[in-house]
Amino acid sequence: MMAGLARMRILSLTRQLASLGLGGRRHTGSSAVPAKVLPYRKTRGDDDDVNMQQIPDDFRVVFPEFLPDPKPEWRNRLREKLERQDMLARRAVMAIPEFYVGSIMGVTVADPNASGKINRFVGICIQRGGTGLRAWFILRNVIDHQGIEILYEMYSPLINNIEVLRLEKRLDDELLYLRDALPEYSTFPLDMDPELIQEGAPVPVNHLKVQLKPRPWHERWERKNLQGLLDLGLPERFYKRAKLHEKPWEKFDLMKEYRATIPEEEQADIFREISPHYEQLEASRRRAKRRRTKIIRS
Amino acid sequence: MMNVKPILQLIVKCTRDAGLHTCAPLQQIQKLTRLRVIDNSELGKSAMLEGRPPKCIHIYSKIRFGYTGDKVLVAIKGQKKKAILTGCHQNQKPLMPKFDSNNIVLIDDNGSPLGTRILFPIPTMLRHKLVEMSRPKGADYTKILAIATRFV
Repeated sequence: MMAGLARMRILSLTRQLASLGLGGRRHTGSSAVPAKVLPYRKTRGDDDDVNMQQIPDDFRVVFPEFLPDPKPEWRNRLREKLERQDMLARRAVMAIPEFYVGSIMGVTVADPNASGKINRFVGICIQRGGTGLRAWFILRNVIDHQGIEILYEMYSPLINNIEVLRLEKRLDDELLYLRDALPEYSTFPLDMDPELIQEGAPVPVNHLKVQLKPRPWHERWERKNLQGLLDLGLPERFYKRAKLHEKPWEKFDLMKEYRATIPEEEQADIFREISPHYEQLEASRRRAKRRRTKIIRS
Repeated sequence: MMNVKPILQLIVKCTRDAGLHTCAPLQQIQKLTRLRVIDNSELGKSAMLEGRPPKCIHIYSKIRFGYTGDKVLVAIKGQKKKAILTGCHQNQKPLMPKFDSNNIVLIDDNGSPLGTRILFPIPTMLRHKLVEMSRPKGADYTKILAIATRFV
């Protein structure tokens, strides 16, 4: 509810700022950081009321790399438009499936040094990021008692095939704590068969709680508010220090959320741009699912 | 009960005023880095078992840091031995595997490995890198590829 209200306010904020004519002009206030606000430019002349309902619910979640990085210094609308065209062209050749952090995936890449010139790696997606053509994800697996992670750029032409073997979400947005967890939580067989789910069914959430190895860890996991961990078993002083570093006011920071999101109107513009190809994107996703004959998800 | 916050603030202030710069750990391999032997040589196994893993004492490259495929000199059980870095814990470029430990394979001056088998995975890029490093009339570093069991 909070996020919805905040989004409505973001909508009116951009229009108000546009009417004030603040676009592009540097803010000559006393603060060190100039507040640069991009002007709102209408891409379509006539319709004043942009219909938010046209955007499918899953667009922002399934294709997050189509939305650009909100940082104003890095925005370039022409480059973003060209990137989206290239992304759609690449997706027409190689289907990039829907996946989330916590899904188990198999990626085949062209590798001149590997036998047969292709190399396949299976692992759990522990992190994803990047926007546009630079979108990436990291797969982790434990092979022969050795933890291995590989970063894949989704739109790299070296990638032959990306396959989701188990589509599921976890309780956290990033699973970097698997580096400090017991190895069985990151071990997946390399010859794993894909597990299918019913078409149209919601993405299952795995409520698995992971047990960590004894300290030292790579990061202070007690400060990260992670849901997918078993009780860390740390002395009380760790949790007291974690409380000192907490920032409970951040969730009420409206400008922080504004800076971290693309306004609704721009999202609608972007979706309108790719909507002729949206059916093709959806169809390629469904085709990849239908190619297998059995549905074995229990 | 000690109030930690003013002490932390004092430390941050001193660091800032002294012009010191801190960054997140990069996990690079440099001199005195402890490494993990992944072949089945007697020297390597005994060093790892007794809890005194080899230390890097020199990196055979113009850069101060070692990357996957570089030759290093390690101090192991009081001896100096050469080794090849087969896996790094540092964040890698795309498509390059990143390992949970800094792995080495012990070799002699001719590039022949001391062990007979490597039981852990090694990256496929070593096939190219070790061929590049080897010289026709010098050391042949590609011999360790023959004893590898799995490539990643």
